[in-house]
Amino acid sequence: MLELIVISTLNGVLFGMLLFLLSSGLTVIFSMMGVLNFAHASFYMLGAFFGFQLTKWIGFWPALVLAPLLVGAIGMAVERYGLRNTHKHGHVAELLLTFGLAFAIEEIVSMIWGKSPLDYRVPALLDFPAFTIFSTNYPAYKIFMLAVSVIIFVALLIVLKRTRVGLIVQAALTHPHMVGHLGHNVGRVFMAVFGVGSALAALAGVIAGPALVTQSDMAASLGPILFVVIVFGGLGSLPGAFIASLVIGLVQTFAVALDGSLASAFGPLDPSSGPSVLTDVWNVTIAQVAPIVPYVLLVLILIVRPMGLMGTRET
Amino acid sequence: MRKLTLAIAVIAPMLGHAASAEDTVKIGYIDPLSGGGASVGEGGLKTFQYLADELNAKGGILGHKIEILPLDNKTNPQESLVQAQKAIDAGAHYVTQGNGSSVGAALEDFVTKHNTRNPGKEVLYFNYAAVDPSLTNEKCSFWHFRWDASSDIKMEALTNYMKDVPSIKKVYLINQDYSFGQSVRSDARKMLGAKRPDVQIVGDELHPLLKVTDFSPYIAKIKASGADSVVTGNWGQDFALLLKAAADAGLKVNWYTYYAGGAGGPTAIKQTGLDHQVFQISEGIPNSGNQAAMDFEKAFRAKVNLSLWYPRAVNEMHMFKAAAEKANSIDPVKVAAALEDMKFEVLDGGQGIMRKDDHQFFQPIYISSFGKLAANEPFDEENTGWGWHIVSRVDTPQAMVSTTCKMTRP
Repeated sequence: MLELIVISTLNGVLFGMLLFLLSSGLTVIFSMMGVLNFAHASFYMLGAFFGFQLTKWIGFWPALVLAPLLVGAIGMAVERYGLRNTHKHGHVAELLLTFGLAFAIEEIVSMIWGKSPLDYRVPALLDFPAFTIFSTNYPAYKIFMLAVSVIIFVALLIVLKRTRVGLIVQAALTHPHMVGHLGHNVGRVFMAVFGVGSALAALAGVIAGPALVTQSDMAASLGPILFVVIVFGGLGSLPGAFIASLVIGLVQTFAVALDGSLASAFGPLDPSSGPSVLTDVWNVTIAQVAPIVPYVLLVLILIVRPMGLMGTRET
Repeated sequence: MRKLTLAIAVIAPMLGHAASAEDTVKIGYIDPLSGGGASVGEGGLKTFQYLADELNAKGGILGHKIEILPLDNKTNPQESLVQAQKAIDAGAHYVTQGNGSSVGAALEDFVTKHNTRNPGKEVLYFNYAAVDPSLTNEKCSFWHFRWDASSDIKMEALTNYMKDVPSIKKVYLINQDYSFGQSVRSDARKMLGAKRPDVQIVGDELHPLLKVTDFSPYIAKIKASGADSVVTGNWGQDFALLLKAAADAGLKVNWYTYYAGGAGGPTAIKQTGLDHQVFQISEGIPNSGNQAAMDFEKAFRAKVNLSLWYPRAVNEMHMFKAAAEKANSIDPVKVAAALEDMKFEVLDGGQGIMRKDDHQFFQPIYISSFGKLAANEPFDEENTGWGWHIVSRVDTPQAMVSTTCKMTRP
């Protein structure tokens, strides 16, 4: 049991940190522009596919740096030539732009790389068990993923809280006009933040690609969870996104590990009543409902605390 | 007059088109070509295209060329019906599908309704891999033919093998949460309970179909349960990723599977180092020892660059040809009648029969294990150097199960 708890905690924290890499960019972009970027998970997918391709050409380590830079540049271009132009037509236009972009990216990716999963392998350097706890091996690559996520988290925190750049970004989030009057180029700040957010998503893609599955529906399958994370954490709040990512990661992992059902809590139903919808509900285990648990959390938080855990405004 | 000429000019090519469409036998291939099932779906498509080319090279079926129409159903029953309608609109009288019994059930129902409503335009559904027993029992239809052994036949054979392995003490069941996975789970519980009452079922898991990208939480659970054997009906990425996670965690158990040989599976098994510890049940394997099958395998690999994962697809297409020739027609109703109770020498040797009562094909079944190859076993999988080795063969009469089907015939 202890083994299960330790392993599940590790897996949960890892998944949570990966979610944070993605949601950090998304939530900052949201607080800046007031618009949810539907294409954010697509940048994650682009990261994974670029990572795969560059790994094939020049190896994993250069790809780890280059792929996020490339996707960051694409993100900046999207902001500069797409969002900035649609901004004057209001939020709906911006929302539709990112929405369309998500579909376009998915189609382009499946045109280039096909629709089946790619053979994106863990680099040989990291393909060994890092340590063994109670006879279970823990892969070194997962430790590497965890390390990268933690480093990025710390770096992000330092940049935002301790540097002049962070100060300007934070000011631009809440008082863009004042920042503009003080002589800063707010447009360029937005573009840079959008670029960095996309690059972070891509970085998550590059490192998650070999561990999870790299295929053209990976954005669509992860996108909804991201929205849960940022709404749960509070739109626009970085610490909120961090806590929410870890909570969702842990909840999803532990839900799988639990076998409890109504039947095990209150005993089986009288068999003479025969199979019915009730017996199905009665016997369903927490593990079986694990995939919907995050969405249940989303509904609950919207009812109880609509601004999210650390958010300051109503969603 | 001008109007008449115009009308003829418009209509004549359409008539001509209709006539030429009748010349080719179109088979709608409705399976996932995107999403989690894409790897198996694309493999199946290549197999059917190879088979169509092979038959066409020998003059097709009664002189008709065969054409495979690839239709992506995204492993989604609703989408499958749209694709089936598309196939019919394109002039197909045959559809074939395999991946996902939920899809199979929807297609069977669709084809049956379509044929009742459109007499004279019947469509046959050739099922090469959807193995939920209900498709040939309570839901059975005259318009559906299944070439794969149904899940209960496979489990019967698998548990017959398992009952003689004394080292099995604790079994963990992990399956996909839909009709097929649930039938594997309940069959395993029932049959293992009857044949080996001393075996303990230490876990019984259902997980979402083709949605899980990281199985490590499930592997941690299997490990914690102390199981020595796992029984799973997982296919496609759900098997490859399950084994990949097991490899990462260093889980060493015996695996009793339906579909371990699917894309990615062999690589993951080799990576875990499970030499002859993963068992699979199928209607044929590359190293079957049957010369004709091995020649076919060699030619197939040379051209498609895949191992032949669907010997049953070969049986399906060859039997389709034989039935059409027996009926001397490519009319679906006549082909269906000819297929009933038809005996057929299957690819891997031995006689199979398409039972009239439920349209289930019965054939010899093999249990094989994956590992280092013997000298007379030339075929490895996914360049691992390891391959399939037969450990048990079940003949057709022993692989037959009863049916509750009450078929309504046209």
